[in-house]
Amino acid sequence: MNNFGAKVDQFTEIVFHQGGINKIVEGLQNTLLIAILGLIIGIIIGTLIATVRVVPKYKLLPRILNGFCSFYVGLFRGTPMVVQLLVFYYVLLPLLEMRMTGVQVSIMVFGLNSGAYISEIMRSGIQSVDVGQMEAGRAVGLSFATTMRMIVIPQAVKNILPTLGNEFIALIKETSVVSFVGASDLYVAFNYIGTNSYEFMVPYLVMAVIYIILVILISTGIRLMERSLRKSDRRN
Amino acid sequence: MIDVIDLKKDFQGNHVLNGIDLHIDKGDIVVITGPSGSGKSTFLRCLNCMEDPSGGQIIFNGVDIADMKVDINIHRRHMGMVFQHFNLFNNKTVLQNISLAPIHVRKTDKKEKTSKKKIIEEENARAMKLLERIGLADKANVYPATLSGGQKQRVAIVRALAMNPDVILFDEPTSALDPEMVGEVLDLMKELAQDGMTMVIVTHEMGFAKEVANRVLFIDEGKIKEDEPPEEFFGNPKNPRLKEFLSKVLV
Ligand SMILES: Nc1ncnc2c1ncn2[C@@H]1O[C@H](COP(=O)(O)OP(=O)(O)O)[C@@H](O)[C@H]1O
Ligand SMILES: [Mg+2]
Repeated sequence: MNNFGAKVDQFTEIVFHQGGINKIVEGLQNTLLIAILGLIIGIIIGTLIATVRVVPKYKLLPRILNGFCSFYVGLFRGTPMVVQLLVFYYVLLPLLEMRMTGVQVSIMVFGLNSGAYISEIMRSGIQSVDVGQMEAGRAVGLSFATTMRMIVIPQAVKNILPTLGNEFIALIKETSVVSFVGASDLYVAFNYIGTNSYEFMVPYLVMAVIYIILVILISTGIRLMERSLRKSDRRN
Repeated sequence: MIDVIDLKKDFQGNHVLNGIDLHIDKGDIVVITGPSGSGKSTFLRCLNCMEDPSGGQIIFNGVDIADMKVDINIHRRHMGMVFQHFNLFNNKTVLQNISLAPIHVRKTDKKEKTSKKKIIEEENARAMKLLERIGLADKANVYPATLSGGQKQRVAIVRALAMNPDVILFDEPTSALDPEMVGEVLDLMKELAQDGMTMVIVTHEMGFAKEVANRVLFIDEGKIKEDEPPEEFFGNPKNPRLKEFLSKVLV
């Protein structure tokens, strides 16, 4: 146990006196940035795809769009996130002669990837809304798109909020691979501290605890949000 | 006002409507009856193209709205619809349920000169008047989930009314209600009839048909088998299937 105490001392020394804390803060920021922006982009893409998928299919354009969406979803769900990151960063960017930071690429890939997953979540959410809601909107002369936007999607989002929360948590966890494209996340920060002290036990333990705390905070936030949404149903 | 010409509808080879011809005048109160599964709902839903007809024409105010090339949304604004299960917008308050479509229509109208804020104010005030008329002004800011069935259906009716439609279609508006709430909904429909609203109503409320309708239709096997004023329809039915049907529903 003495040994462990020494390790803790060594860890606090690096964190608080040799700038380790800055690395951790930067890592935490990047982790959250990638997960949050990825989620937002994912929700936008996912909602668009889900809408295309539930549009009536007797015209040509919806059918073409639907085919494209199936391809997109299959592609992003069928390959690992790490592979997507590496392909974007080391294959597509050079080919397109574009410059992006590791964090930017991560945000984009996380958004594209979660868009594919969220489209399926959103589709089941839309299908869980009674068809009478769409019919009532159409009956007062609103278009399919307007009824979707004002009536169906808000109710669908409410139904899938817990699942969206899980997707956010999954994104947070998956950020631990963004160092593959040079983005400094929590893993990079603690790995740096470990490398500098030749001691990995305490850094990785603290990293695990931070991930757990993040997940608990998000879960609690989602539960609170759900509860306040339920209340708005019964407001008198 | 509405001319239905040889209207046909089939669902994947299942022929539900087999050529319906019907002329509806302004101010008509048409009640449609018929056995379950005879195509009453399908017919009503074809009238505003909620179901696309497989054949025939629906001439509404001079335009064939069965033609897939017309912008159906514009014509639906003049054709209210009231559903068996109310279908109030769950994510909107009672007031918003009524004012939502009128606000949207005016906001997106390029000829409209009024500011958006003013439109919202005006339409909400109009919706409030409608709520006062049905005695539900105190429910303006609650969500539909808190209303009784009868209250929901009355809100659904004024939601249709808020668009100032030329005609309102009703599909069994009282069938999903507890018996003690049927009266309040039928009373509101009677008021609309007295105000001269054109109405097409699928219902099994024969008392209402006798009292309010000026025409009663019997639909069977996807065709109109009888179309008479209520006295004749109930007093002297000619179609044998209608006689059998009436002996079952009139007890
Ligand atoms: N969306 C649909 N798809 C397939 N069949 C349908 C659909 N809607 C109605 N039908 C069929 O059309 C027939 C008439 O139904 P409907 O118009 O609802 O009758 P009613 O309202 O007179 O009871 C029924 O056999 C029903 O199964
Ligand atoms: Mg029916």
